[in-house]
Amino acid sequence: MKKKLVSGLPKLWVRHPAERLECPGCQYPIITRIVYDVIDELGIEGNTILVNSSACGFAVILTTSTDCVHANHGQGIDAACGVKALLPDSLVVCFGGDGDVAAIGAGAFVNAAQRADKFTVIMVNNGHFAMTGGQLAPTTLMGQITTTTPEGRGPNMGYPARMPEMIATVQGVAYSARGAANTPANYLKTRKYVKTAFEKQLDNIGFSFVEFLSACPTGWRMTPQESIRWIEEKMIPALPLGEFKNVDRLD
Amino acid sequence: MGERLFVIGNEAIGWGALNAGCDAYIGYPITPQNETTEWFAGEFPKRGKVFIQSQSEVGSINILFGAVATGHRAMTSTSGPGWGLMQEGMSHLSNGEMPCIISLVQRGGPGAGTTRHGQMDYLSATWGGGNGGYKNIVLTPASVQETHDFVQLAFYLADKYRNPVIVMTDGLLGQMAEPLELKVLDFGPVPEKDWAVRGRANQPDGIRRVVNVMQGLIPSPPHPPYTGFSDLLKVLNEKYERMKESEVRYETYLIDDADLIIVAYGYTARVSKEALKAARKDGFRVGMIRPLAVWPFPYQIVREMASKGCRFLVVEDSLGQLVEDVRIGAQGKADVHLLGALARHDPGDGGMILPDTVINEIYRLMNR
Repeated sequence: MKKKLVSGLPKLWVRHPAERLECPGCQYPIITRIVYDVIDELGIEGNTILVNSSACGFAVILTTSTDCVHANHGQGIDAACGVKALLPDSLVVCFGGDGDVAAIGAGAFVNAAQRADKFTVIMVNNGHFAMTGGQLAPTTLMGQITTTTPEGRGPNMGYPARMPEMIATVQGVAYSARGAANTPANYLKTRKYVKTAFEKQLDNIGFSFVEFLSACPTGWRMTPQESIRWIEEKMIPALPLGEFKNVDRLD
Repeated sequence: MGERLFVIGNEAIGWGALNAGCDAYIGYPITPQNETTEWFAGEFPKRGKVFIQSQSEVGSINILFGAVATGHRAMTSTSGPGWGLMQEGMSHLSNGEMPCIISLVQRGGPGAGTTRHGQMDYLSATWGGGNGGYKNIVLTPASVQETHDFVQLAFYLADKYRNPVIVMTDGLLGQMAEPLELKVLDFGPVPEKDWAVRGRANQPDGIRRVVNVMQGLIPSPPHPPYTGFSDLLKVLNEKYERMKESEVRYETYLIDDADLIIVAYGYTARVSKEALKAARKDGFRVGMIRPLAVWPFPYQIVREMASKGCRFLVVEDSLGQLVEDVRIGAQGKADVHLLGALARHDPGDGGMILPDTVINEIYRLMNR
């Protein structure tokens, strides 16, 4: 009888979870786990390049068994473009935070999509700049308190960026979705989003994008349990989960 | 003899890259170097090579980083304001020890300045415009042929030192057509790029690679094994010192009996040589030092000539940048004069430093 792994670490995970560098309650590990599991399932670990840039997600390059490229903050998407252009047969996955993708790297993000670059961007959205201490991000919710919106984000600071909805309007995009890992059901759904995104890349269809809503208890000044509730009660109503584009041809 | 063409300097950059085995070009159009971007767009895809028109120079330099991380030869090109946008990327390429080349076709500044020629990015190229005090070799060709040859040399030096190399020309050299002989130059073997990402399944030892612009902070297995920030600084310092020892390049012309030595690179070196020949005919003992690389700078020869009692005339199309290096070399032992951008013949942006202007300056200095 063939044994099936129902629990335990993903094969790509080279460090024990107890050694992880993230703060307690951070959902980065659970998100990287989903990504690693899907890469494992597709059987392409040896041809995968993970691209990352400086922010909380940098720990990815310490925890995976794949080749990695670590770019400057906000420049991971550009670096991924260069890697994919020279290694067109690889799976290229770019991890970024919401600062990385929606703020400093937004130009790179939109233009990679417009060029229909065949790689996948994973954006981990925790609603603020976590690594620098919790400042306003383009994704910060209305009323959300950050260190640069001490009274809560008001309309004078604009409105939360909806990246998957926005990028879905770009012709070069094959796939765009927003998921979360706050419940087992959402975990499984988001795992499917990631798999579809990778398949769009491997089938050479176009740019693919998955946003994750992610808890940041340290930055939000909440307990892990409160953070999960915040995702459910505040984030998901403002940033709905689901697929926003899923096509097999770009025309 | 190789195939001969009649092309402009901006196209010679492309031919040089092709002969160096460059696999990818990433660029964003900016005047006066658009012909480089257009050359690659026309010549690279049909040869199965990568051409990417980026969304900005910030994009160019970071896409370049990704391309180089795969171990391929790759380059970008730019001018003035685009060069400004690339500075953060230059600093990170230096931290990550990424062997690539950047061709910088200088125009006038500051700001948008002029879209035509200038020599006003010398300091940001040689002393580093980005953060952190990194060093890059800066080659300075003065003809179409040299542009083609120095691009190949730049790729070799980049691989030799695992460091970005800049090929710095100017709008006049970029736009000027001259005969070019295509030839593949062999500078010898370069280190194997055993650090490059290819996908772990394609690594001969099966060990994963991490290419990283935070060396010294984040481990980058398996090579180089920097364990901390001071390790990184030591390695970079040792490398920069090696470059200073081994990569000083310059050409001298009639300096043995000279009383006055012109120092110039790029288009003003061509102009100065014309002036020098005319002045020699009139019996003035003028010589010239032309740096072929402005970092590392040929301080030694300047120092030697200063000690012999020579005076210096720096001819550069800026308000005075190269002249600072000549002053450092002269160590206060010789007068160092500047003939700079204020001596352009025309108040418009088409103005340039003409041979007659240089001749007059030579006569003025030598009759004193």
